[in-house]
Amino acid sequence: MEKFRETLKETWHFYRRTLSLVVRGSKAYYAWCFFLLAIVFVGLLFYLKQHDLGLVETNMTDQVSWGLYIANFTYLVGMAAAAVLLVIPSYIYSFKPIKEIVVLGELFAASSIVMAILFVMVDLGRLDRFWHMIPFIGLMNFPKSLLAWDVLVLNGYLFLNLLIPIYLLIKFYYHKEPNWNFILPFILASVPWAVGIHTVTAFLYNGLAARPFWDASILAPRFLASALCSGPAIMIIIFQIIRRISDIKIEDRALFKIAELIAYAMFINLFLLSSEIYQVYYSNTSHIAPFKYLFQGLHGHNQLVPWIWAAMAMNLIAFFLFLVPGTRKRLTTLNTGCFLIIIGVWIEKGPGFVIPGFVPDPLGEIYVYVPNLLELMVSFGIWAAGLLVFTLLVKVAIPIETGKFSHVSYIERTFRREEEDQAWK
Amino acid sequence: MQNQNNKRYSRREFLRNLSLTALAGFSLSILSSCSKEEAEDFLQKHFREMTPEEKKHVIAKLEERYYRKYGKKFEISTKEALPNTLWGYGLELSRCIGCRRCVYACVKENNNSRYKPQLQWIRVLRLKRGNLINLENSEHYYDPPQVPEKGFIYLPVQCQHCEDPPCVKVCPVHATWKEPDGLVVVDYNWCIGCRYCMAACPYKGRVFNWAEPNIPTEELNTSVHYLGNRPRMKCAVDKCTFCIQRVRNGRYPACVEACPTGTRKFGNLLDPNSEIRYIIDRKRVFRLKEDLNTEPKFYYFFEA
Amino acid sequence: MKVSHAAVTSLFLLLFFASSAMAVVEEYTPPPMTEGMFPCSNCHASMEVNRKKRELKEEHTNIKLLHAESMRWCLDCHEAKNRDKLRLYNGDLINFTESYRLCGECHGPVYKDWKAGIHGKRVGYFAGPGKRIYYLCANCHNPHDPKFKPLKPEPPPYRPGKNHDAKSK
Repeated sequence: MEKFRETLKETWHFYRRTLSLVVRGSKAYYAWCFFLLAIVFVGLLFYLKQHDLGLVETNMTDQVSWGLYIANFTYLVGMAAAAVLLVIPSYIYSFKPIKEIVVLGELFAASSIVMAILFVMVDLGRLDRFWHMIPFIGLMNFPKSLLAWDVLVLNGYLFLNLLIPIYLLIKFYYHKEPNWNFILPFILASVPWAVGIHTVTAFLYNGLAARPFWDASILAPRFLASALCSGPAIMIIIFQIIRRISDIKIEDRALFKIAELIAYAMFINLFLLSSEIYQVYYSNTSHIAPFKYLFQGLHGHNQLVPWIWAAMAMNLIAFFLFLVPGTRKRLTTLNTGCFLIIIGVWIEKGPGFVIPGFVPDPLGEIYVYVPNLLELMVSFGIWAAGLLVFTLLVKVAIPIETGKFSHVSYIERTFRREEEDQAWK
Repeated sequence: MQNQNNKRYSRREFLRNLSLTALAGFSLSILSSCSKEEAEDFLQKHFREMTPEEKKHVIAKLEERYYRKYGKKFEISTKEALPNTLWGYGLELSRCIGCRRCVYACVKENNNSRYKPQLQWIRVLRLKRGNLINLENSEHYYDPPQVPEKGFIYLPVQCQHCEDPPCVKVCPVHATWKEPDGLVVVDYNWCIGCRYCMAACPYKGRVFNWAEPNIPTEELNTSVHYLGNRPRMKCAVDKCTFCIQRVRNGRYPACVEACPTGTRKFGNLLDPNSEIRYIIDRKRVFRLKEDLNTEPKFYYFFEA
Repeated sequence: MKVSHAAVTSLFLLLFFASSAMAVVEEYTPPPMTEGMFPCSNCHASMEVNRKKRELKEEHTNIKLLHAESMRWCLDCHEAKNRDKLRLYNGDLINFTESYRLCGECHGPVYKDWKAGIHGKRVGYFAGPGKRIYYLCANCHNPHDPKFKPLKPEPPPYRPGKNHDAKSK
């Protein structure tokens, strides 16, 4: 009991100290935070309009009832699951160059999950009734409804990805050795859990017999493969930024290893995509209609066609950039490849996945869905909110990891301050 | 040193005050955009979990609210399923002429929103002769001067009230369920508007109230059922209920009565003397998308 | 004698009402007569009967017979000696309120379906406290020209997109 009270006191003290970290920074830091806050504020204003008047303010209809919000949600769950790519080599294969940056990767996963949850929340027609989904307080349809599973696993994953880094950071702050018996089970659990969140998200599309575009058993493997491409790619970019603005040393070797793993994941993604395309085009049943809408245009409607072909080209180019060691080990081509993959997978897994599921609808109607300004602004607002959360988390994590911010230095500084105050008096 | 201390404290205080104000402003703006009705209904329980007294209380609240809003006295029934019933529907495809009288009779009977958004629970498809099962070539917006048109057949589709409904399986909050008499219903006050059921329905039976419904007051139907045609609110899913307010009292649904060619039939599948059993026993019936194993209770048939 | 008579009558009445309480009361709609035409014997009682098959020139010129006109004409269905009644094939006379029996003579399968309640229109109550009202054949099909005329359809649903423009109707 005493130990528990002690831990609580330490955690509270740590939290208060990090607040001082967060509000102090360079001019660039303030500018970045205020820029993100402005975007969040604009997004919030648009969301209030949607909340007031109803979802009629978006471009979604009875025919295409899920749009940009759920597209972004699918993509972000994949990004969050990609933290597992760093955890596996670090803890299981003890690949040292990655070990130091695992905490940052998990914080990134936490911010992704926050964004994914926010996207679901803005998509709900009646956010005031969200409590209906809370188990035991509301009436959750578990285990039959995959959305109920999704709520549970996403929140559990968020909890894991906040618990592990924060626990480790607190221990680093107090210069104490983490109790591995306590934290290691959580770390090991987060690996299958990461696979789990994306599988559950895939299953929520997969089990719908009404939508032949999604009713394919290949969906869960494809989701995981494309997640393992996009998440690490964005992390390579982020780590280079962190490397530049702080003292954290991230070896190039770590980045190149991640890129190599992305190459394999992209190969699997392309292979699974080709399998789907072969099956649907060779058998040529009525299920070909959504694929035709996506890749060729259906009955004259071809809004998504340039997007998907751009995404295919980007994925293919990025695959070769990562496969060939020469281009992989050069930072310019590596970064190009990363940007191409981030955008390519977003198109393929976001709008290029959610929208063709609804075209043509079960009664054969084609409605061309294009997000409108309100949806775009709310989406930008949520992305900005996620980046803000990540910035604040990293602003705390980096000084602790580099050792600049620790309890020892706090005690020293307080002691020195008191001495000086005494001297004044 | 004192100055630095003051500066440090005041900056911390300033930022703390700023963030608290921001948080308050954030939550206030979200909360204030909730209407009074939403605030009243916030803690309302799921219909199936309510005790009879709670149901009475909710009905009284709704009746008072509708009176305030529309100036008309509503009778809201919560009549339960009749024993030994399983409602089935029959539609004679050889006789449908695609006149859409059923669509608008349904809209009128069930207090559907007329415009901004327009909610129609029945959709009539026009198919070219020679084509029946592949609905990809259907036309929804046909508007000829007269029907039926030569070379075409008409197929009305609405909620099929499946025995194994995919929408009930996927709803995360049990807002939709299958009643003992086979009707798939929605508790409009429990639905969170996630639209997963709409993605799951193979027949596009469910529609969404994208905004607050617009019903002309003079066309309101005041005898309603809580799970059926009471005026709904924005961002809840609704669908055909086989006119639950009528059939539980033994009346034909509105679409059956409106059809000028007598295409639509209705009855109790468990009653061997009902019209629908007569049809299933003697006519060649089929159901849409039977291979999806949803076991719909909407039987289409042709003459003999 | 009187007591047993009364007993039997009351028993019969009891059973009659009891059975009707269990069954749904059926009712038929009245036949759609043109205004002022019925009873036909107002004119025809004093007229001569002319059984020759011909096109009518003086009265009933608005009735164009397009219903098996090569095989039958007016007096095959309308009883020549009593125009207030219809004539079945075996010579039986029926009222206009029972015209379905006449239709059923040629249209057997449809008549069977109509009697079972699955052809044509019924409104009202199929169970419970109300009546089930059958529409007579003649209510939907004009006996002299039974083919359904095309109707003007109700308007199609709004196309999605237009429906959601907050400013348009």
